[in-house]
Amino acid sequence: MPSAIELEGLSKSFGEKVVLDQLDLDVSPAGVFALLGPNGAGKTTIVHILSTLLRPDSGVARVGGHDVVAQPEAVRALIGLTGQFSAVDNLLTGEENLRLMADLRHLGRKEGARRTRELLERFDLTEAAGKPLSTYSGGMRRRLDLAMTLISRPSIVFLDEPTTGLDPRSRVEMWQIVRELVAAGTTIFLTTQYLEEADQLADRIAVLDRGTIVADGTPAELKRRVPGGRIRLEFSDEHALTHAATTLPDATRDDAALALDVPSDGSFASIRAVMDRLESEPLTFTIHTPDLDDVFFALTGHEATQEAAR
Amino acid sequence: MSTLAHTVSDSATMLRRNLKHAVRYPVITYLIMTPLIFLVLFVYVFGDTLGTGIGGAGSDAYLDYVVPGVLLLTIAGGVTGPALSVSKDLTEGIIARFRTMDISRSAVLSGHVLGNLIQVLLATAIVLAVALLMGFRGDASLWGWLGAAGLLTAIGYALCWLGAAFGVFAKGVESASNLPMPLMILPFLGSGFVPTESMPGWLQWFAEHQPFTPFIEALRALLFGTELGDNGWLSLVWVVVLGLIGWLWARHLYERKSVRA
Repeated sequence: MPSAIELEGLSKSFGEKVVLDQLDLDVSPAGVFALLGPNGAGKTTIVHILSTLLRPDSGVARVGGHDVVAQPEAVRALIGLTGQFSAVDNLLTGEENLRLMADLRHLGRKEGARRTRELLERFDLTEAAGKPLSTYSGGMRRRLDLAMTLISRPSIVFLDEPTTGLDPRSRVEMWQIVRELVAAGTTIFLTTQYLEEADQLADRIAVLDRGTIVADGTPAELKRRVPGGRIRLEFSDEHALTHAATTLPDATRDDAALALDVPSDGSFASIRAVMDRLESEPLTFTIHTPDLDDVFFALTGHEATQEAAR
Repeated sequence: MSTLAHTVSDSATMLRRNLKHAVRYPVITYLIMTPLIFLVLFVYVFGDTLGTGIGGAGSDAYLDYVVPGVLLLTIAGGVTGPALSVSKDLTEGIIARFRTMDISRSAVLSGHVLGNLIQVLLATAIVLAVALLMGFRGDASLWGWLGAAGLLTAIGYALCWLGAAFGVFAKGVESASNLPMPLMILPFLGSGFVPTESMPGWLQWFAEHQPFTPFIEALRALLFGTELGDNGWLSLVWVVVLGLIGWLWARHLYERKSVRA
């Protein structure tokens, strides 16, 4: 299958600052591709180049097989973009915003009205459809924003930090919508600074750090690249802790928390081995598999949250 | 659909959007206010003296003299409309959405220009209605009135493109509202309120060579059925020059701001 998005040697600088440095990327159609990185890593710059808002300094970017610099119109006809800042018309109602998009996508009166009704319903905005946007909550605005993007059923959708600034409930709703889109065969290019979001949604994740891709793979592949799996045992007192430590020589002691960390790959066998060797009963027993925070730290040598305002 | 059909349909969509904005946030009151204040002030307060000064009989004669100037003052004030609405659009997120869509490039600006033109013509009609209530009587035939309407529309269209250019040029809404100010003074520095012969020499030269003097004189001729003289074609030349500057400048700046290098 031809690629949905291809980047070859893509570079972009703003003045002295190199934002993207010889970037290569190949995204296959259908499914969610997540670009993960802290603020200032260059995520939005990539999205802006791919959505024809920004010209690269050098290199090639193709969307749906069309060069973004040479054939911007062909690219624009294929894509939809929902950014982190709402791109809605504040003086219109929700319904009028959708109708505006339908008209600009030349859907025709009947189809435009039908599609508007359908999207209002699906995004739970039917009740607010006739109200001005000043009465909308942040989550409602973001849903309307995405509905406007989807009006023409774009085959490639860019979601640039779609849940930044949303409350947890709205975030989960947004994830559900993304899953529905994927089920319908849409290619989603997602950028996020939330490790959990990429883990939840993406089939493939590329980790972007200071303008270069430092890792690329499925969430599971990325996690496998870092050692970090462990079993944590917490004890009621110092005595029990010391006793357990003698039976588990490879464990690391955490005196302050009265806990032991035993390296483990999370398999049943390794858990049983630890339990068999324990003579005193721990208070709690928790299995830690590496999460993407561990991945990010292992890959870049610095924490994602150092630069990111989470 | 062909490119032309797209351009027309997208411009119509953007026009509808602009008119919806206008209904919800009417700026037309501002467009009417200034010219009406000047009309009442000049006719009822200064009218007797000024009327005698131009060799007529009091404020009635002055009313007839000043109405074309006041109508053009209304049209000139309309420049602020597209300047504001375009600059407001550019500061909001929706413009980025428009730019990632396959819509006609000029449609965004055309929508603002046409929408604001409709508003400023409506404002001009209201100002004219007040002038008629105050006793203004033109001496024009039907063709004269139609010619006057056509002239005002053409000037308004040209100035709205200039306003759109100010809107794209401005860094923000604040400066967009200030940029058109000099244009609004031009009717005063022409033959709108007093004949240019009564001005000091240097100002007289400026007054006779700026666009609003032929505009005002042409409108006066059309409304009173007198000879157009050179003012007809001079007005058309100015309309084309101002309109082209506005159109080219607005499109050039918009294009440059659209895809950042």
